[in-house]
Amino acid sequence: MNNFSYNKVTEVAEAVADLTGHTNARFIAGGTNLLDLMKENVAKPDHLTDINKLALAGIEATEDGGLSLGALATNADTAWNELVEQKYPLLSQAILAGASPQLRNMATNGGNLFQRTRCYYFYDTATACNKREPGSGCSAINGINRIHAILGTSEHCIATHPSDMCVALAALNAKVNVTGPYGDRVIEFRDFHRLPGDTPHLDNNVQDGELVTSIDLPPSNFTQHFHYLKVRERQSYAFALVSVAAALELDGNVIKDIRLALGGVAHKPWRDRSCEEAFIGQEATEANFRALAEKILADAKGYGSNTFKIDLAKRAIVRAFSEALKNN
Amino acid sequence: MTTKYIGKPASRVDGLEKVTGKARYSADFKVEGLTYGFIVSSSIAKGKITSIDSSRALALEGVLQVFTHENVRNLPWFKLRYTDMDAPSGTPFRPFYDNTIRFSMQPVALVIAETFELARYASSLIKVEYDKETYTTSLYKNLSKSFKAPKGKIGYVPPKSRGNADAAYQDAAFKIQAEYKHSAEHHNPMELFSTTAIWDNEKLTVYDKTQGVSNCQFYIGNIFGLAYKDVRIISPYVGGAFGSGLRPQHQLFMAVLAALELKRPVKVGLTRQQMFSFGHRPATLQKLALSASPEGTLESVRHEAYSETSQFENYTEVIVNWSATMYACENVELKYELVKLDTFTPLDMRAPGAVTGVHAMESAMDELAFELKMDPLIFRLKNYTDEDQVNEKPFSSKELVACYREGAEKFGWAARNVEPRSMRDGKNLVGWGVATAAWDANQMPSRAKALLSIDGKLVVSSGTSDIGTGTYTIMTQIAAEILGIAIENVTFKLGDTNLPLAPLEGGSWTAASVGSAVKTVCEDVRKILLKHAVKTKASPFYQYDSTKLQIDSGEIFDPNDSSKGVSVTEIMRLAGVNSIEETSTSGPNPLVGRKYTMNSHAAVFAEVKVDEDLGTVDVTRVVCAVAAGKILNPKTARSQILGGVVWGISKALEEESKLDHQYGRFMNHNLSEYHVPVNKDINDIEVIFVEEKDDVVNPLGVKGVGEIGIIGVAGAIANAVFHATGVRVRNLPITMDKVLQIAEDDRNQVAV
Repeated sequence: MNNFSYNKVTEVAEAVADLTGHTNARFIAGGTNLLDLMKENVAKPDHLTDINKLALAGIEATEDGGLSLGALATNADTAWNELVEQKYPLLSQAILAGASPQLRNMATNGGNLFQRTRCYYFYDTATACNKREPGSGCSAINGINRIHAILGTSEHCIATHPSDMCVALAALNAKVNVTGPYGDRVIEFRDFHRLPGDTPHLDNNVQDGELVTSIDLPPSNFTQHFHYLKVRERQSYAFALVSVAAALELDGNVIKDIRLALGGVAHKPWRDRSCEEAFIGQEATEANFRALAEKILADAKGYGSNTFKIDLAKRAIVRAFSEALKNN
Repeated sequence: MTTKYIGKPASRVDGLEKVTGKARYSADFKVEGLTYGFIVSSSIAKGKITSIDSSRALALEGVLQVFTHENVRNLPWFKLRYTDMDAPSGTPFRPFYDNTIRFSMQPVALVIAETFELARYASSLIKVEYDKETYTTSLYKNLSKSFKAPKGKIGYVPPKSRGNADAAYQDAAFKIQAEYKHSAEHHNPMELFSTTAIWDNEKLTVYDKTQGVSNCQFYIGNIFGLAYKDVRIISPYVGGAFGSGLRPQHQLFMAVLAALELKRPVKVGLTRQQMFSFGHRPATLQKLALSASPEGTLESVRHEAYSETSQFENYTEVIVNWSATMYACENVELKYELVKLDTFTPLDMRAPGAVTGVHAMESAMDELAFELKMDPLIFRLKNYTDEDQVNEKPFSSKELVACYREGAEKFGWAARNVEPRSMRDGKNLVGWGVATAAWDANQMPSRAKALLSIDGKLVVSSGTSDIGTGTYTIMTQIAAEILGIAIENVTFKLGDTNLPLAPLEGGSWTAASVGSAVKTVCEDVRKILLKHAVKTKASPFYQYDSTKLQIDSGEIFDPNDSSKGVSVTEIMRLAGVNSIEETSTSGPNPLVGRKYTMNSHAAVFAEVKVDEDLGTVDVTRVVCAVAAGKILNPKTARSQILGGVVWGISKALEEESKLDHQYGRFMNHNLSEYHVPVNKDINDIEVIFVEEKDDVVNPLGVKGVGEIGIIGVAGAIANAVFHATGVRVRNLPITMDKVLQIAEDDRNQVAV
């Protein structure tokens, strides 16, 4: 771990201003990921701005019938929040599938979006990693890649985004509110995280100096037929090999709207609206779910030890929608 | 014999200290002027260090020194000086000996600073340049270079074949052959290794995490040229070790080196990542071929194991031998070979060898039973043996049939359908599996001291270790029982080289070895007390026959005459003695060893539920029935077995050190990616101790329970997975992709 300066701020504007004058300043909230990265010499911030005192921990209903999740509300408080449980049970399920109770008590919603990949090579400075050290190469492509991506990869990086919460947020069309030196803006969730391309060191489209203040959830009808399925190698405290956020709005047995987001398979929560749209108006049957699974994974590519994920993901999608159908 | 303490479920005597945080582990000792070390590990697996630039680290205020091979010069080169009591044959790793890198994460520099944070930061500023050499870390790619395992390591017995297995196999009506693969595993105890070394210009005091204080004393004395009496190793509490504390680890050498050079107290710990920089359970490939007659008589066993070792030492363990003693069979062919790789030397890890070999043998037995269309438990009973056919000796005791019977009954085994995929619970396929386990019941020479004071307090001590197993508790129970005083008046001390010599704490032999020494020394004190009782004029038992007297709750009495009695403290007062101090030695009886084979046994029954669509495996029930002689404390012994079963589940389903051959480096070096079970993975575990009386194994009749709980578990689970799914997964851990038989994509040879 390197030396760094540290400042605790109480106002949002103060937080944004606190970053200036440093070459590599970072916000810190729960610190559940950043501290690990600092201990392993992967992240070397010269300054930490502690934002825990900012008044951003609220969870409130919005005028349009949606919900606003404060960036500093903890994952635990969010998952167990009554409004979230009522209106966005898929999100509750996804959050509770992640990490461990201790981590969820510390981790914040804003921080969750900024989690970095758990790729082994990213965490080990003895190895090459384009995400950690651009241009050094990707060790995972020809290495141990059981936990790596099968969709949207590039020759430079096959890392996955590790979040469960973000998979549900992607399915629910969340919007992320940020503020920064150049003012406020709203980022659609699908545009929040990036694919690796030739810039795998960039996880998302948040600009330097910008701070996430809240996450907005639009009104949703996915309170009846939803399921978050996480397939992993042990039943808690393991990242998803494949996770599925499945949600259905039904008219009888006809699909009125459908959402499918995948975790553990790409550099960002994976959604493909065109795949979903192809099944709107169709019957909610296992055969259609299977067809949907085939369609969304049509371009999937394995790298050796993760190739099984292509088949596993299809199985998980069918299972998740079958479970979603059961809910009422 | 009715007992007051032995055999009773006493709670841990150290429990309160542990749960209140008063128990001090090796990293908890604070001394004035303490400095802190941080180890820099090599990024390459093999080659030469061409330069180390420590200037930026040394320029920081508060950084005291950076040790490397370039400035550590006064140490002996002679390799034997670096050996230890658990070392295999070869040349032990000598830190900072030269510029050669022999394994990935080899310590290449040690930074000492006034604070831990500073030392850690300074370590990131040290620039090491290497000249890389080609290396090889794949067991499978080097099988052609395998060689016969040499003797030399403690606990290792070369395998012995008998009959003609190949001929019997050719002629047999039923036969199977199969290969089983195991990856390396690392011990990963919760407590990281840490050492604090204090040099006062005459004597060295060292707080270390170890399973053998004497081993560390010996190691440090030899390397640094110190008289053993001037090296004191203290290790009162160990937060898990599982064998990793059997050899001195890097930080011990480092802390002592720096303390002697700098004349300052030094603490050095390993990071979790560096816990992957020393010994591990070796990766293995095993080939088995078994055959049977149509009636189910085992006609031949062929068991070959290929196991990795380092380039510099030949680590050996007993993998295949169990296949020659567990069942009656006339024709047994065993082979055990090593393959040298550019990794660190493997190291004993809970049930070394057995956990690997017995998984394969018990899976193969299940495969053969299936060929025979026989119930796998009946098949095992059919080939039961009361004789160790290798050494042509009977077992000193073997209540394995009772384990099978009581375990099967508790489990409900009789209801099992022999057909795979015959049981279902919703989307889950349900399977039941069984496996046998065996382990050595060894005893090592041990010494113990007893000091009884005039206030009636007894302090018993021996330089052994308690790695969480319950040593403190059972030794206290034995002492209270034998001397006949209240358990509250007994204190047991361990983990200090100032105490009488005890063997390494491993091999499941501590209860038998140290327990026997404690028993002997307390018997000696008891004799002295009774002698005082009959020789002291003022004693009510003056001129009595001392053999008629008993001691209970600190009172000396004659069971046939309740009119008289005197307390232990009173007799000491009357006899004019302030204290009674005795030291005694106890060791195995060689005559018994010549006549009998001494083993503990277990039968493990497991139920799994396998998600048919997703391939995930849940172990819903385990029954582990154990025959291990006298159980000194059913509570701590049960915990030992529970821990073993949990680890067996881990081995079967989760655990694996992932070695990347691009780097020759273990990559999942943290507890997030090195998977061991979480609470949610563990369901019902039932432990049964069957009655087993053994008068010959040792004076206490105990066999030890440290290892026996883990050995059969992976086999039972693998067999249950087959019974559930009809799929035989022979490559541990059993993950969903293997269960679903999703075509393996082996184009990526790196992970093989």
